[in-house]
Amino acid sequence: MKLSRTLPVAGIAALGAGAANAETITVATVNNNDMVIMQSLTDAFEKAHPDITLDWVVLEENVLRQRMTTDIATKGGQFDVMTIGTYEVPIWAERDWLAPLNDLPEEYQVDDLLTSVRDGLSQDGTLHALPFYGESSMMYYRQDMFDQAGIEVPEQPTWEEVRDWASQLHNPGEETYGICLRGKPGWGENMALVSTMVNTFGGRWFDMQWNPQLDAAAWQEAVSFYVDLLNEYGPPGASSNGFNENLALFSRGNCAMWVDATSAAGKLYDTGESQVADKLGFAPAPIAETPKGSHWLWSWALAIPASSDSKAAAKEFITWATSQEYIELVGEQKGWTSVPPGTRESTYANENYQQAAPFAGFVLEAMQSADPTDSTLEPSPYVGVQFVGIPEFQSIGTQVGQMIAAALTGERTVEQALQAAQRSTKRTMQRAGYLD
Amino acid sequence: MNKTRVYGRTVGGLRSLSLQAPAVTLLLLWMLVPLGMTLWFSFQRYNLLMPGMSGFAGLENYEYLLTDPALWSAMGNTLLLVGWVLIITVVGGTLLAVLFQQEFLGRGVARVLAISPFFVMPTVSALVWKNMMMHPANGVLAWLANLFGLPAVDWFSSLPLTSIIIIVAWQWLPFALLILLTAIQSLDDDQVEAARMDGAGPIAVFFFITLPHLKRAISVVIMIEMIFLLTIFAEIFVTTSGGPGLATTNLAYLIYIQALLDFDVGTASAGGVIAIILANIVAIFLVRLVAKNLES
Repeated sequence: MKLSRTLPVAGIAALGAGAANAETITVATVNNNDMVIMQSLTDAFEKAHPDITLDWVVLEENVLRQRMTTDIATKGGQFDVMTIGTYEVPIWAERDWLAPLNDLPEEYQVDDLLTSVRDGLSQDGTLHALPFYGESSMMYYRQDMFDQAGIEVPEQPTWEEVRDWASQLHNPGEETYGICLRGKPGWGENMALVSTMVNTFGGRWFDMQWNPQLDAAAWQEAVSFYVDLLNEYGPPGASSNGFNENLALFSRGNCAMWVDATSAAGKLYDTGESQVADKLGFAPAPIAETPKGSHWLWSWALAIPASSDSKAAAKEFITWATSQEYIELVGEQKGWTSVPPGTRESTYANENYQQAAPFAGFVLEAMQSADPTDSTLEPSPYVGVQFVGIPEFQSIGTQVGQMIAAALTGERTVEQALQAAQRSTKRTMQRAGYLD
Repeated sequence: MNKTRVYGRTVGGLRSLSLQAPAVTLLLLWMLVPLGMTLWFSFQRYNLLMPGMSGFAGLENYEYLLTDPALWSAMGNTLLLVGWVLIITVVGGTLLAVLFQQEFLGRGVARVLAISPFFVMPTVSALVWKNMMMHPANGVLAWLANLFGLPAVDWFSSLPLTSIIIIVAWQWLPFALLILLTAIQSLDDDQVEAARMDGAGPIAVFFFITLPHLKRAISVVIMIEMIFLLTIFAEIFVTTSGGPGLATTNLAYLIYIQALLDFDVGTASAGGVIAIILANIVAIFLVRLVAKNLES
């Protein structure tokens, strides 16, 4: 890989004077649907930019994150474009690992990017990554089942109501379960959902002195609620269901409700992939004590590592892949439900998109109302709704996620799990120097 | 005469030394450089995510690791995993070896089939077990349970370590079978016949003739399996990711968590050093045991 990047592509070099050598840039990305579409449009990019060739490294999220972090921390310089999230961007930017993206071309229209997403990808007011797609969380439900049971969903459902509905609609004999939620451990899996639940039950990860708050009443309440709800009205084996597993369950019609990423909507409305496309209802993510932090904010973004030696070409590529023009290209070639959502206001103003995606306005509203700087009832020292914007959080979130999963399977009680989580979080924070 | 012999020996010593030197040097480099680096890193404050925090850490990494409650549960899991898999494979392997030694129709095919799990890659077999055997909705085991009107077991969440033990034992049983079957084939038929004539039944033959004959082979199986089982990783990574909680985190997986999920190279190296020490303690006992067995 490394070799091919430094070798000019002979054919184009032979075009003679004036023609620049084709630069090969290595793009590391996640194997999510939207990114796979991006990869399939390689030809369109290379045709428009004959002097750049793309080399793809497409991996599963966790593996990719490991490869990229190791590469960037050791200044490996293996990748020219990296796909990273709202969590990494500020942390990596602070360490000068990412090339700042000021002076973007006029036609890119930076102002068209959603403000909440743009803020999340900026460090000291400078963009360090460009959003590829963005998401919040919301509740999906089966309109047909709700109609049959005579349930009307209010404008803002609460978790209590959700439990009530789940108990009415739970029918394991026919393989329809009251509710599907993430149970697979991981800071980007179950902890994303659990954090939003803790937020809305009035809890927080840390107090203003960075003391972990996992043994507080709000955590106890939120996690007990989550564990009971999923054990009583969830599908079997819920502790190994992540986003993709739940997506499959819901689109096969096995779940009456599902609270998860807004980016699933496109797939659920796609009649080719989903059996519930015509009986889908949606509502905001449920709340409990407070509406604060009840739905998350996340975006996958494309960034250029400071160690890249093809920064100009890489910039060409990321401005193309996150542009309005790209979104239109996907809309025309792959259908408007498949366009990467949650990045640009112009997407939501587009009539084609509005027609194909009835959830569009709803998602926009959810994304704009999520505020990473103010997501907890009591004040907290960190930025992030479903994560804590410090480097140690990957480790903390993974450990706590394992404990919550242990509580879900009944291996530990909720209280034991939270105590263990509190202890390990405290240890990590002490070691990192936040606490004495 | 005496002189020449001594002379010759020295030359031979020198010559063989010079011939061995490249291989030995390479082997030493191969072993010592990574080992030295691991030792060095284990005394450093080295976290990839915190480039500012670096320098000599003294015993901090070791202290952090040894006070981690996860370490002790990981050691316990490692021992349980190794112990149970050894028991299952050795007992099962011996019985199967005796079975496959008997003459029956299609013995050749049956032998090949019995041995084939060993040739499946660990990640692949773990995936097959996870999605096709033990899955609570689509798995064969769930289907079987349903057939008898029993509720499906969600293996990886209710019996996580047992599930891993089953998968690993399934993989290593053929290995034990292979070694023990070849050993049994070297058992002299005359000896068995003589025992029979003295009035020994099949059970007595098994316990007093076959089993003592297999003693050495069993020690070899135990030693080789132990080396590989102490570092089981792929099966855990693919199926349970060490969870739920810490139920299936063994030492190898704990080190992986430290190094690649926490990016804490220092602590991970300290974990590696502890694992080396542990493996050596086990090896010393084991090598003695096996050596004793092989001598007698």
